Amino acid sequence: MAYTTGFFYLFAAVLLFAAYRVITSRNTVHAVLYLMLAFSQASALWLLLKAEFLGITLVLVYLGAVMVLFLFVVMMLDINVDELRQGFWKHFPVAAIIGGFVAAELIAVVWTGFPSVSASAPAVQGSNTHALGKLLYTEYLYPIEIAAVILLVAMIAAIALTLRHRKDSKAINPGDQVHVKARDRLVVVPMAATQKPAAPAATEEGKA
Amino acid sequence: MSLTLGHFLSVGAILFALSVIGIFLNRKNLIVLLLLAVNMNFVAFSHYLGDMHGQVFVFFILTVAAAESAIGLAVLVLLFRNRSSISVEELNALKG
Repeated sequence: MAYTTGFFYLFAAVLLFAAYRVITSRNTVHAVLYLMLAFSQASALWLLLKAEFLGITLVLVYLGAVMVLFLFVVMMLDINVDELRQGFWKHFPVAAIIGGFVAAELIAVVWTGFPSVSASAPAVQGSNTHALGKLLYTEYLYPIEIAAVILLVAMIAAIALTLRHRKDSKAINPGDQVHVKARDRLVVVPMAATQKPAAPAATEEGKA
Repeated sequence: MSLTLGHFLSVGAILFALSVIGIFLNRKNLIVLLLLAVNMNFVAFSHYLGDMHGQVFVFFILTVAAAESAIGLAVLVLLFRNRSSISVEELNALKG
């Protein structure tokens, strides 16, 4: 059990250090990179808690997709760092007091509130992924469908928000082409076959 | 000395407090860190109580957080494209 404790302290220390650097680093890209470090350490802690599926999901989904998306957007937007840092030291005392209160209260409650649950009960037989999948696809079948719909809606919304039509594009819309009517393209103007002789104009010219 | 539930809950609490401080300091998008702290508590309780339902909740929280950050970043890109800035103080177009 001793090596598990050592690993816990290592991962927790790196996690808290990375979180500290996330909120204090001047460069936004550095902050996102430290956030990735924090997530990897949290995933390691979850592996210590025998939540293998969620630990691996955190690395795959969060580090592999969401954080890379963050990094991509942060690097694409040329964010003025000094503008974001305005009022850092002005807000620092309030933030430190509130943060200290939150941490002290939470630790005071959780450290003394659960003295009896120190013994780890064997959760499930078989692998963690197997148990989680069984639960997800039986008891939580309806919620997982809703989660899938939420992901679909998020994907469509993100694409629709950032889609931009180019003004100078020569691309044609096939739907418009199919629905075009003959009168949209060709207008038949009825005219007499012959024109009247321009007699009045000639007389005015003669007067002048 | 073996690991107890309190160890993991303390890590979660300190992480939560750090992200609250971060929100006060520079108002960046730190909700991901807050959610990580909450998820840490869920997984810790799930392990020590021998109940898998907590991990199912973490799964759903991860799903919703991923959807939320995708839409949030899309809005951010749109905002930057229109205003050339992502400062929240400059968004006063609705002010009378």
